[in-house]
Amino acid sequence: MTDVLERPAAIAQPEPSVKSMRTWTTPVTPAPQAEARRNTATIRTVDVIRLLGCGAAAIGLTSWLFFFALPLRGELGFILTSYLVFLVLFTILTAFDEDRPTVRDRVMAVVMHSLAFLLVLALASVVIYTVGRGIEPLQNLNFFTEDMSLAGPLDPLTAGGVLHAIAGTLIQISIALAISIPLGLLTAIFLTEFPSPYARFVRTVVEAMTALPSIVAGLFIYATVIVFLGFERSGFAASLAITVMMLPIIIRSADVVLRLVPGNLKEAARALGASTWRTVWTVTLPTARSGLTTSIILGTARGIGETSPVLLTAGATTFLNLNPFSGPMTSLPLTTFTFIKSPEETMIARGFGTAAVLMVIVLLLFALARAIGGRGPGQLSRRQQRSRERQSRDDDYRSRARELGVATDGRGARPRVRRLKALPSLPGRSTPPSLPAAPIELSATDASASQEDTP
Amino acid sequence: MADVKVDTPRVLSKRVDGPDGIFRFVAHSGGTIVVAVMSLVGVFLLVQGLTAIQAAGPEFATTQSWDPNSGNFGIAAVLAGTFFIAVTAIAVALPLSLGTALYISEYAPPKLKAALISIVDLMAAIPSVVYGLWGFFFLSPNILSVSQWISTYFGWIPIFSVEGFDATDPLATPTVFAASTFIAGIVVALMVAPITSSIMREVFTQAPLGEREGALALGATRWGMISSVVLPFGRGGIIGGTMLGLGRSLGETIAVFIIISPVFVIQPRILEKGANSISALIALRYNEASVFEISALMAAGLTLFLITLVINFLASMIIARSRSGSASD
Repeated sequence: MTDVLERPAAIAQPEPSVKSMRTWTTPVTPAPQAEARRNTATIRTVDVIRLLGCGAAAIGLTSWLFFFALPLRGELGFILTSYLVFLVLFTILTAFDEDRPTVRDRVMAVVMHSLAFLLVLALASVVIYTVGRGIEPLQNLNFFTEDMSLAGPLDPLTAGGVLHAIAGTLIQISIALAISIPLGLLTAIFLTEFPSPYARFVRTVVEAMTALPSIVAGLFIYATVIVFLGFERSGFAASLAITVMMLPIIIRSADVVLRLVPGNLKEAARALGASTWRTVWTVTLPTARSGLTTSIILGTARGIGETSPVLLTAGATTFLNLNPFSGPMTSLPLTTFTFIKSPEETMIARGFGTAAVLMVIVLLLFALARAIGGRGPGQLSRRQQRSRERQSRDDDYRSRARELGVATDGRGARPRVRRLKALPSLPGRSTPPSLPAAPIELSATDASASQEDTP
Repeated sequence: MADVKVDTPRVLSKRVDGPDGIFRFVAHSGGTIVVAVMSLVGVFLLVQGLTAIQAAGPEFATTQSWDPNSGNFGIAAVLAGTFFIAVTAIAVALPLSLGTALYISEYAPPKLKAALISIVDLMAAIPSVVYGLWGFFFLSPNILSVSQWISTYFGWIPIFSVEGFDATDPLATPTVFAASTFIAGIVVALMVAPITSSIMREVFTQAPLGEREGALALGATRWGMISSVVLPFGRGGIIGGTMLGLGRSLGETIAVFIIISPVFVIQPRILEKGANSISALIALRYNEASVFEISALMAAGLTLFLITLVINFLASMIIARSRSGSASD
């Protein structure tokens, strides 16, 4: 804690005794005292002791309240009460030997820590509980290789599986991605590269559509495609519903990522004479690649997990259907939902298993997004960095060769080994260019060819 | 010297030609397709919804029951239910996400910070059906005693009172507390807390370093620094993030649908069994609905969409303004 109030007394040095303001005598410096080393630790022992003491006291007091004094019940109630008692005790105890700002600081620190801990605990409990209850059906291989067409609600977990749901999810999300990636990226590029009142209007509409509740997106597809156009419920209808929901999300995040691409990179490309299209294709998109990938993957994770649009449009089924254009096609979240509506224990277990599979897929997608993305535009991974370095060394080599009037083989695509061998003897730009003797074909100069090369 | 060429001004033209023209056209048409699709959704919702609203008349806003085939339907009950769930959710999610955001941006050690950011972001991507499962099978049975406890000691506050529960009766069953607004609200709170928290955290970390260090150098404690620098700077982020969370919690469907037992009356006693929301209504009634019933559902969906739209726009406006730093003055 940064607390000026607790500065050790040893630092306060005695006033140097100056006899006269006029005379320039050097002030008598006091004998150097051994300065006490300041403790810069952010946690003090007394704080820890206080916390532990209050914790113990709170649990004790609450047990007494619960078991002897008041007619209270319930584990959650116990935890809640002991936490409140702990806070009160901690405040009182700190107030004994600290001033008011310090007390407030300590109490708020405890509150913030516990709120963050509570949220993480709750979220961890969601994941652990679901996986924990879903682990039983996952242990049977048939869960991944069979569908539910031959398994009734009373069958044990060794019969039936969710192959149909896994296949359905993959097909639906693939179709949705096939529509929303090109359209979404194109629109995002349009928004950033062609700023105009119309682009602003498009951005506003897209932003408005992120507010569309997913069930309403499903209802829209249900009403248009299924009720009015008279198509049956199918995987394709579900894909359309997912697309309507996912498209604004992808456009918005891709738009943000593209706007982060440094303007001077684009300007450099334009200054070199590149057209808009060239600039976008060779500068903007590669620079923002990791961010774009992340936004697509996160959109996919959202799309995969959505139940409500699929509920309205896909139709629950128990058999494997690989044709997205005819017949109902279920998906993982929808299957989870239908399983847990059943009163049978095994069906509920299957529901948890399906949810666990779904969560693992989402986790994998998320980990993938972290691995690819997480870097801002222009920040390269080590491999990308190396390949860029290699490329610019290659360019350097070629331009030097040109300056010296030696021929290179046009495209500069020489074997990598030879290039690397040539490199160490190529010093920086400031020194006069001196080509190594190593690459043999360089010394075999073709004067006419080099004349063409040099401008 | 040879004669000097007079430098004539270059002719600048903004004309795009060749591949660039094609690119321009393709990009514009991409934007237009998206706008067309999105407008189609909006217009379709509007037309369909207005048909139903016209048929129902002004009673659409005040009727509580939902029976479109007899012409007696309205969104009073479901809209109120949606708001009860959303407000409960925000009441739980606001302190949780504020605390987490402050912890991550101000208290957490650097290594833990990166891990926590990942965890919280990941939780925003967990499917809502998983939260629904957890809420129905884990939270509901465990929280009944808490509901009972709150109702016993705070039952004198109207929203915590429960009809049909007598605290003095030792044999009273806690089943009146199941499937309530409260439970649905907590589950929705867990779903929106990660989103809210990451928006708040982003704004908090942008609080100017100079002002932070200035506060600390003047002898402020850490909380003193937070309350005088970080919180005023991040006010826009807190409000905007909360509103964005509110928008998300209004539209949440499947988790709510799994947990609640639908009722078609305005039921403000949040601990008592029975709740409803617009999205749950759509999920409940779309099947075997006649064409007119679908229009009625569209009208309900339209209402929900418009509310979310207004809230989201306000939220993004507030967040955008706070990021420009004007909130710190």
